[in-house]
Amino acid sequence: MSLYKYSFWEVLKHCFSAEVWERVLPAIGETMYMVAISSVFVLIFGILLGLVLVLTSKEGLMPCKPVNTVLGAVINCFRSLPQVIIIIVMLPVARALVGKSYGSNACIISLVASCVPLFARLVESSLLELDKGKIEAAKAMGSGNLRILFTIMVPETLPSLIRAFTNAVVIVISMTALAGSFGAGGIGYIAVTYGYTRYQHDLLFATILVLIVIVQAVQIVGDTISKLILKKRHLI
Amino acid sequence: MQEKFIEVKQLYKTFWNKKQAVGVLKGIDLEVEKGEIFGIVGFSGAGKSTLVRCINRLEEPDSGTVRIGDSLISSLGKNELNEQRRKIGMIFQQFNLFDSMTVAQNIAYPLKLTKTPKEETEARVDEMLELVGLREKKNAYPGELSGGQKQRVGIARALANRPDVLLSDEATSALDPQTTLSVLDLLKEINKKLGLTIILITHELEVIKYACHRMAVMESGKLLEQGTVKDIFESPKCETARNFISVYDRFRSDHWQEETE
Ligand SMILES: Nc1ncnc2c1ncn2[C@@H]1O[C@H](COP(=O)(O)OP(=O)(O)OP(=O)(O)O)[C@@H](O)[C@H]1O
Ligand SMILES: [Mg+2]
Repeated sequence: MSLYKYSFWEVLKHCFSAEVWERVLPAIGETMYMVAISSVFVLIFGILLGLVLVLTSKEGLMPCKPVNTVLGAVINCFRSLPQVIIIIVMLPVARALVGKSYGSNACIISLVASCVPLFARLVESSLLELDKGKIEAAKAMGSGNLRILFTIMVPETLPSLIRAFTNAVVIVISMTALAGSFGAGGIGYIAVTYGYTRYQHDLLFATILVLIVIVQAVQIVGDTISKLILKKRHLI
Repeated sequence: MQEKFIEVKQLYKTFWNKKQAVGVLKGIDLEVEKGEIFGIVGFSGAGKSTLVRCINRLEEPDSGTVRIGDSLISSLGKNELNEQRRKIGMIFQQFNLFDSMTVAQNIAYPLKLTKTPKEETEARVDEMLELVGLREKKNAYPGELSGGQKQRVGIARALANRPDVLLSDEATSALDPQTTLSVLDLLKEINKKLGLTIILITHELEVIKYACHRMAVMESGKLLEQGTVKDIFESPKCETARNFISVYDRFRSDHWQEETE
């Protein structure tokens, strides 16, 4: 149904029809798959790189200027590229890694490449918010660096880390939609092929609704968990 | 001659601020006997915090030695230093409790570092809670406690491993007078009961007068005067000490404000 032929309300009504959802539902599945796998990778690598950034910084527990500078520079390089360009740049990498440069798995690689640097910076700023006094207290008790990292720095900043991860997932979702237009499938693919190329605006509306609902859900879950932890610790 | 328990010799520390050297410790010599509460008083910026932080090497001194008991702190390797630090408790102005842990977990943290068995840890946590009078707060989070209660937890945590020394950096400076007194009473009590040696940093002379056996006056990175609290109060030799005492006296003078018209 195109907005050029039908009224806005008719199109909107039709976007809840079975016909539309037959197409959209499988796409949701694909999107969820890509978002879930990418988020796991983003979580793992983002945390690792973020921790390394904080540890090796000048005021960190194990200052190491070369590592910090090089890692920071690489992260900034990725961060300065628009997401479309990262997707294009990662196509050959994806082909080398998963055998083809289109499809969900190829998409996951560019999602990870673009969101890990972002999340690493978010992790870094969360950890830097931690009161230095707590780290000093642990040091004064004779706690080693890695132990301080995992028993003090991460647990103390957990609510903030969760919020950072929530933001990262939201960006992963929006990027998945973008990658859809590069043959990755999922919601983005539907929006581009039907909504843009074929003027099937009922499908376009459906994808918009789905994206809004997913992002809201992620945001609410993340914020709630973070708040519950703060409440438990009586910090709010 | 009898050896002192804590011995700091010719300690120097310089910070670099934009390529400009700021001498913070300029040859500190300090001796503290076992089982005494030793106060160090000085105005803001005198270098008091830097001095205690050099004692457990939260700050690395440029030169000089620190000895506690048989162990030459200033020449220890990293692992040995961590081991020694477990025998040096420290409490802070901002308490520095871990918000992600309950009171009991905070107190148990140093015990984990020494791999204390579980039952012993539990018993020790209870004993420490009893000592600082916070038994009913065992499972509370620091976020639920008042400043005074937080500092008590800080003290319990610092003492959990039965250290020989307690370093206190302005531990009462964020507390109201009544709470300050109760925390000082607690420090005096554990000093007597456990024979703990305490180095107590403060810029409040009344704290020293109330709690310390001996004291030192610090100014611009140097210890100007050391002696028993009574001696220094009765016949201060350096200008800074006289200054401190005159401020102290002025606060206590019985001079009333005239009523405004
Ligand atoms: N990490 C640092 N880098 C540069 N300068 C420092 C550093 N730490 C302390 N200083 C400087 O050293 C001097 C002494 O600081 P210190 O904290 O030891 O004083 P203090 O006697 O504890 O003062 P206060 O009563 O305010 O706590 C100050 O002039 C401070 O600016
Ligand atoms: Mg200080």
